[in-house]
This record gives sequence, C-alpha cells and structure tokens, in this order.
Amino acid sequence: MAAEGGLTTSGYIIHHLTNLTFGKLPEGFVRYNGEVVGEGGTWTIAHGNEAATMGFWAINLDTMLFSVGLGMLFIWLFKKAATKATTGVPGNLQNFCEWIVEFVDEQVKSSFHSRNQVVAPLALTIFVWVFLMNLMDLIPVDWIPYLAQQMGVPYLKIVPSTDVNATMGMSLSVFALIIYYSLSVKGPKEFIGELTLQPLGKWALPANLFLEGVNLLAKPVSLGLRLFGNMYAGEMIFILIALLPFWIQWVLSVPWAIFHILVITLQAFIFMVLTIVYLSMAHESH
Amino acid sequence: MNINATIIGQAIAFFFFVWFCMKFVWPPLTGALRERQKKIAEGLDAADRASRDLELAKEKATQALREGKEEAAAIIEQANKRANQIVDDAKEQAIEEGNRLKEAAKAEIEQEVNRAKEALRAQVAVLAVAGAEKILGKSVDSKASAELVDKLAAEL
Repeated sequence: MAAEGGLTTSGYIIHHLTNLTFGKLPEGFVRYNGEVVGEGGTWTIAHGNEAATMGFWAINLDTMLFSVGLGMLFIWLFKKAATKATTGVPGNLQNFCEWIVEFVDEQVKSSFHSRNQVVAPLALTIFVWVFLMNLMDLIPVDWIPYLAQQMGVPYLKIVPSTDVNATMGMSLSVFALIIYYSLSVKGPKEFIGELTLQPLGKWALPANLFLEGVNLLAKPVSLGLRLFGNMYAGEMIFILIALLPFWIQWVLSVPWAIFHILVITLQAFIFMVLTIVYLSMAHESH
Repeated sequence: MNINATIIGQAIAFFFFVWFCMKFVWPPLTGALRERQKKIAEGLDAADRASRDLELAKEKATQALREGKEEAAAIIEQANKRANQIVDDAKEQAIEEGNRLKEAAKAEIEQEVNRAKEALRAQVAVLAVAGAEKILGKSVDSKASAELVDKLAAEL
C-alpha cells in the first residue's frame, strides 16, 4: 500500500490522519502546488498542512459528515423502534433498542439520584452515538478513503472520534450542561461557594479557586481527550498494520480489531458514565 | 489536527441529537417498557389468583364428594334399618296372628268338648235311667229319678 501513488510511508500515515478541512486561506499564501492565493483570500479545501493556516474558522467536512450521518442513523433507528413500540411482544428492533435503553437507564439510576429528564436521553445519545462513531474504526482503513480518492476527494477520515474537534465538541457540550445545572440547581451562590470556600476554608480563597478550577476544567478536557486519544491510537495502529505486506496484515489486524471491539464499546461506556457522574455532581450539594 | 469550527458544529449536532432523543425516542421506549412491566406483573398476579382459585375449587369438590358419600352411606343405613324394622314388624304380626288363631282354635275346641260333654251327659242320664229300668225291671218314677240322674250327670 505504502508504495502506491508514490506515497512514502510517513506520507501515507499523514494522509490517513489528515481531515478534509474546508476553510479560508489568506491572501498571498503559497499553496501546496505552488499557487499563490489571490486578493481577499480564498475558500477551499486544505491540502497538506494548509489547515493550520486556516485558523479556527474552518470545518472538517469528513468529521461533520460522518458524525452527523451516524447521529442520524441513531435517531432514525431508535425513532423507528419508538414509533412502533408496543407493550405486547416486541419485535427484534424494539427488543434491541429496549435492551440498550434499559442498560443506559440502569446506569443512570445507579449513579444519578436527582430528578432530571435530560440526563437519561443524554446518556443514551452519547453511548450509541459515540459507539457508532468508534465503530467506523473497524472498517478497514483504506477502503473508504481509497474510494473517496478515486472520486476526487483528497482526504477522508471516516472515524469522527479520532478528530479532537468532535470529542471536544461533545465534552464541551457536557461541560456547558455541568455549568448550567450547577447554576440552576444549586444556585450561583452555592456554586461559587463550592469553587472558592473549599477545601481549605475561606482564608485560602485563591488556593481554593485554583484547585477547584483545575478540578472543574479537567472534566471536559479529560473527557474529550480520553476518547480522542484512545481512538486516535487505535486508528494509528490500524494504519501501521496496513503498511505491512498485504498477506501478513490479517495476523495483526484481526486480533487488534477484535480487541478494538472491546475498546470502542468501553470508550463509549466511559464517556457515558462520566457524563452521568459529572452531571450528578452538578446536582448534588456537598 | 487543528482545533476549528468543527467543535461548534459537533456541539450543535450533539445538542440536536440529545434533544431529539429526549423528545421522541426516550419517552415512548421507556413508556413501553414500564407498560409491559405492569402487564407482566398483572399477568403473574392473575395466574396466582387462578391457581389459588383452582386450589379452592379442588378443596370444595373433595368436600362435596365426601359429603355426598356420607349422605349416601346414611341413606343406605337408614334403608337397611327400615327394612329390618319391616321384617321384624311382619314377624311380630305373623306371630300375633298365629297366636290369635291358636287361641281361637283352642276356644272352639273347648266349646266343642263342652258341647260333646253336655251331649254325653244327657245321653249318660238317659242310658243310666234305661239301665236302671232294665235292672229294676220296672219303670222308675221318671220324675224323681230324673232329678237324681241330673245330679249324677252334673257330678260327671
């Protein structure tokens, strides 16, 4: 594989780890093929490391496409089950969905003790969506990107959870919910009190604020980066295995894929459970 | 690996999916689950009740059977008793009747005997007078001897 298309090994790896980014290149920028961007800049798809220049206002098309597509798959599937939900003998799809719903519900009930209608559906969405995004990792690394390349798409990363933007997007959303519920359930006074008056008492207020601030901020960062790191590393191993001669790849890729089934489920589960726990902490006074 | 607006897009998608799930997926599915749970609980309850009812009905049936048997036994016993009584009554009646007949026969016989005795006595008197006439060779004063003979006859 590595030799195909004149790619070097590192080129192959980098190619597989580059998102399909759409953004604006500034005026005067020299592009990958030597072209110079004209006046006013230009909106285009990034090649090579051009994405770095595009700054914040660029979007990873592949991440958005696959994550939204998988999210749609999730809500379509579950909506179908929910629409046809019967209290009698359930069909296969309903059985399957109910199994997941019950599993998630149990997790929520065991660690979340306040009353909140959002947490359980949130946990279900996270679990299934993250699982589906992770599941893309099990599709052989070359299939879809190769197909896309044949159709003229230069880069395609099909696993949204190997994009730090996707995982951080979710974890920051969870963070927003943590802040929201901390403020609305406990009230601003108690929330600020928790941040400043413990663990050392009110005379050590700056130290408290520092400790609790780190504690609070570590939640979304660790949540997002844990998922990202695990999936990125897993993807990387698959890419490295794909560099081997084709007749030996299965010796490594099959065991790794089987092991990865555990990893992707576990990561989805961890993301869900930590979200529940964080939101539970946001609801409970100390 | 650059942080870019994808993070915002992802957050929006995330909130949309959570909202959708909360609105259209979670309530019907958990509702169906709860409903089914209730149904199953009711079914189990009904089964319990039915088995209890069955137990009760069985008990009742055995009791009815027992009562029926007892009644039948009582009736049979009564019938036997009655039959015995009838037989005894009949026997008694027969004995009584026999005795009565015997008495009657006895009385008749006695009457006959007495009548015969009377007749005999009368004849004995006549014979005695005739005998005495023969012995005496003359007629006896029938009037005086008749008295005597009657006395004699009464002594017989």
